[in-house]
Amino acid sequence: MTRYAMVIDTRLCIGCGDCVVACRTENKVPIGLNRDWVVEATSGEYPNLKTEFRSERCNHCSHATCVYQCPTGASHYWRDSNIVLVDPAKCTGCKACIAACPYDARLVMHPEGYVDKCTFCVHRVEKGLDPACVSTCPTRCMHFGLLDDPNSKVSELLRTRQHKVLHPETGNEPNVYYLT
Amino acid sequence: MLDELLITARANPRIDPALDIWGWQISVYLFLGGLTAGIMFFSALMLLLRKDREAPFAVNRLALLGPVALSLGMTALFLDLEVKSHVYRFYMAFRPTSPMSYGAWILLLIYPVAALQVLSNVRVGFPAVASWVDVLTPIRRLTDLAERHRRSIAAAAIPLAVALGIYTGILLSAFAARPFWNIGLLGPLFLVSGLSTGAAIIALLSRERTEMRLFTLIDIGLIVVEIALVGLLLISLATGAKLQLLALRHLFTGGYMVAFWGVFVGIGLLVPLLLDYLEIRGRLHRFALLAPALVLFGGLALRVIVVDLGQETRWTHYDSEYNTLLLERLR
Repeated sequence: MTRYAMVIDTRLCIGCGDCVVACRTENKVPIGLNRDWVVEATSGEYPNLKTEFRSERCNHCSHATCVYQCPTGASHYWRDSNIVLVDPAKCTGCKACIAACPYDARLVMHPEGYVDKCTFCVHRVEKGLDPACVSTCPTRCMHFGLLDDPNSKVSELLRTRQHKVLHPETGNEPNVYYLT
Repeated sequence: MLDELLITARANPRIDPALDIWGWQISVYLFLGGLTAGIMFFSALMLLLRKDREAPFAVNRLALLGPVALSLGMTALFLDLEVKSHVYRFYMAFRPTSPMSYGAWILLLIYPVAALQVLSNVRVGFPAVASWVDVLTPIRRLTDLAERHRRSIAAAAIPLAVALGIYTGILLSAFAARPFWNIGLLGPLFLVSGLSTGAAIIALLSRERTEMRLFTLIDIGLIVVEIALVGLLLISLATGAKLQLLALRHLFTGGYMVAFWGVFVGIGLLVPLLLDYLEIRGRLHRFALLAPALVLFGGLALRVIVVDLGQETRWTHYDSEYNTLLLERLR
């Protein structure tokens, strides 16, 4: 499996929400629906508080429970990679994949009814471009690339910086990494 | 302290703040699936045990309700689909990792067996319509064939009924992302509940005193097992990890406390158990139909509670300041 990863530097992210706007524009996401979102997480006890900003989306898991639960094969891996896509032509709108996602990153498209989600902007990745959110980020805190290539920026960052993924204990092996 | 606040909008309809993807359609489907399992199981079992005299309704007539309940359940399931025109896609693929895919194919296997069960009993059970069966030659021949293989059909129906009953629970328990559902006990619980509703429908519809008594006794046994399984389910949640403890808390607060303890455990299990007991002891006859009616009601209540509550349990916990109502007002 070819593994694409997104690496987001929470120390650089200022929570401006440009990634959300870029996604909405690039993918023509209908009003009221969101494929990505930004979280401000504050931890600790006053006065020792720590805040991090996280731009979140589908984690394009290597062990994607949504793909395994889909009864029709509509939810699938793109070209033997970890990029999880939904084929609207095969989707019955049974919503099993939504129940299966521990990140609640999927949504029901309206009015058509098929299930939609972040695609890692696969139509751009095909052309060698970064996803829209990554290429828009004004602080350059987001990176995209191949995990299998040791010389890629994402591999280098994960080799040299402390990082985490969200809810690793689900066993889904998410591929959106956060530098801490 | 960990406070996770959404600073851009995330209010995907039916996803946030809690999942609201499956409504009454799924609860009704799971209930009717269990009921079908109970109907097929008892009509086949009574036939194999040669209980024609003690349980004539179960042996000869009950099977007719199998395809009826199954079809109503499948209709409810169909109504849940967002893209109804793609329903045929379930049968364009078999996905070995997807319980829902297994379910779709199990249902397809169940239909012919349930139909053969009906045909194998139609001349004995419904003499009034038996003449219709003989009008069309292929159906007459199929009926003859089904009658000759009555016991083999019943023998095939039992494992299929058990598979269907367990499947209705596994469908939910296979979701690791929903802590309240992710317990293997849901399979046996839904199976026993389905068998219990099957026994209840016999007690409700049979005209024979001995048969009503037999199935009242069977239902007492099944209700006791169901109570034990509910107890084990609660223990499993109470001894689980943090997310399962949080899920358990729902059963002790607000509307779910009333629904679970009052409606399901009280009205759906304990009251019919008491009424059944009093009836067997010969103390009560006036409410003979109330107990099985409550068992059916309890079976439906269980599915509604489990389907709804499971969707409120999740891994992500965001506090959102985004208020869709406020946004509407600003427009």
